[in-house]
Amino acid sequence: MTAITLPLLLIAAILFAVLTVAAGLIWFERRLLGLWQDRYGPNRVGPFGLAQVLADMVKIFFKEDWIPPFADRPVFVIAPAVIIVTVLMSFAIVPFSRHIMVVDLNMGVYSVALAGWSSDNKYALLGSLRGVAQMLSYEVFMGLSLMGVVMLAGSYNLSAIVMAQERVWFVIPQFIGFVTFLIAGIAETRRLPLDLPEAESELVAGYHTEYSSLKFGMFFVGEYMGVTLISAFITLLFFGGWRGPVLPGIVWFSLKTCAFICFFILMRAALPRPRYDQLMAFAWKVLLPLALVNLLATGAIVLAFFR
Amino acid sequence: MWSIVQTLWKVFLHAASKRRTVLYPEVRPRLPARWRGRIILSRDQAGKERCVACYLCAAACPVDCIALQAAQDASGRRYPAFFRINFSRCIFCGYCEEACPTYAIQLTPDFEMGEWKRRSLIYEKEDLLISGPGKYRDYNFYEVSGVAIEGKNPGEGIDDEPPVDIRSLLP
Repeated sequence: MTAITLPLLLIAAILFAVLTVAAGLIWFERRLLGLWQDRYGPNRVGPFGLAQVLADMVKIFFKEDWIPPFADRPVFVIAPAVIIVTVLMSFAIVPFSRHIMVVDLNMGVYSVALAGWSSDNKYALLGSLRGVAQMLSYEVFMGLSLMGVVMLAGSYNLSAIVMAQERVWFVIPQFIGFVTFLIAGIAETRRLPLDLPEAESELVAGYHTEYSSLKFGMFFVGEYMGVTLISAFITLLFFGGWRGPVLPGIVWFSLKTCAFICFFILMRAALPRPRYDQLMAFAWKVLLPLALVNLLATGAIVLAFFR
Repeated sequence: MWSIVQTLWKVFLHAASKRRTVLYPEVRPRLPARWRGRIILSRDQAGKERCVACYLCAAACPVDCIALQAAQDASGRRYPAFFRINFSRCIFCGYCEEACPTYAIQLTPDFEMGEWKRRSLIYEKEDLLISGPGKYRDYNFYEVSGVAIEGKNPGEGIDDEPPVDIRSLLP
């Protein structure tokens, strides 16, 4: 009996936690952006403006759920669900602590492509074209930058990778891998310095221009879940996961993840968006060779000294 | 690359700097006396309405939010029978104040005029009239204008020059 109920409870708990964190991040990001831009952000509804998220949710639930008559209806409806489902599925592989994890399994590109295509709107299509190209390009060396870590740990299993960071966090031997993974992570989550698929100032809202109400909310929450996911991955792969003195593992894991989420928001507060060709050139001409060189060097060193 | 790191660090340091937002309902802004807010109608020192219903404010108003009707009392002094400002239209440009020859219509540094109903934004004369002279304490139109009123003929007021004999050719 417990063999079935315990994992189910765990899944429910993690699902709840992830969705709450993603919703809470909207408030958190607005407050942090305010802090860094010398203003306050939402501080009126509830203590510290915390109930702003609730107010926004109630508002977005009661908005008209408009599907444009020219849109490809079934695809248009499915696209926002795809983003939520894919990000949530990726969370299944995150070991939150030594004992808290679900199972040892990225399809976000589909959501962006489908949303932009089915909207039948030039801005949405431009946004999704950019999004697909950006995400595919950055996906290439996102995986490659992980390989160094995998070689050092000798396993693809995330728990094993965390275990292997007993002496030193992988950020030190794999610094180039960390930098490339971080930049790829920003591009994959379409976060601000690299938010060309959305690019409010040029493409209205990019691939989710035509979306309203809860469907738009799903894209929004999906983005924040993506941020949480990438932060969790960086923590696990490069910053020792749940390892840390005194405090229990889950607390360390949350603290480190939170620190990276803050870093994501800091980048949004500080950095301007690059031009589209600069973005692609940077991926293919700089980061991909860098990731490959890092991979070769790591492989050579592991072969030479650790065999 | 280095400049990006520098930017990140400088923005991060802004966490410690003072926030510029004025938390409005708790912290009230100090508005200058000439700030263009809610419009009022003032009275002279004797407590009589300054407005002589000349329609200049209504003519100057670019959004046509002022409506009034002239009338005369027993002494021949003009006054508005009604004076109505539709604040849902008013753009607080202050042209009415500039056009007014008697300083009757004035803008005040009060902007908290939010209402639940649109109709509540239409102010009648009772709502607009205040008890005092507003920004111009010592001004009385009839004392300087050369217009005859009860107890004062043209040329008898302060700064008032005797009327010109328009039939004479002498300078």
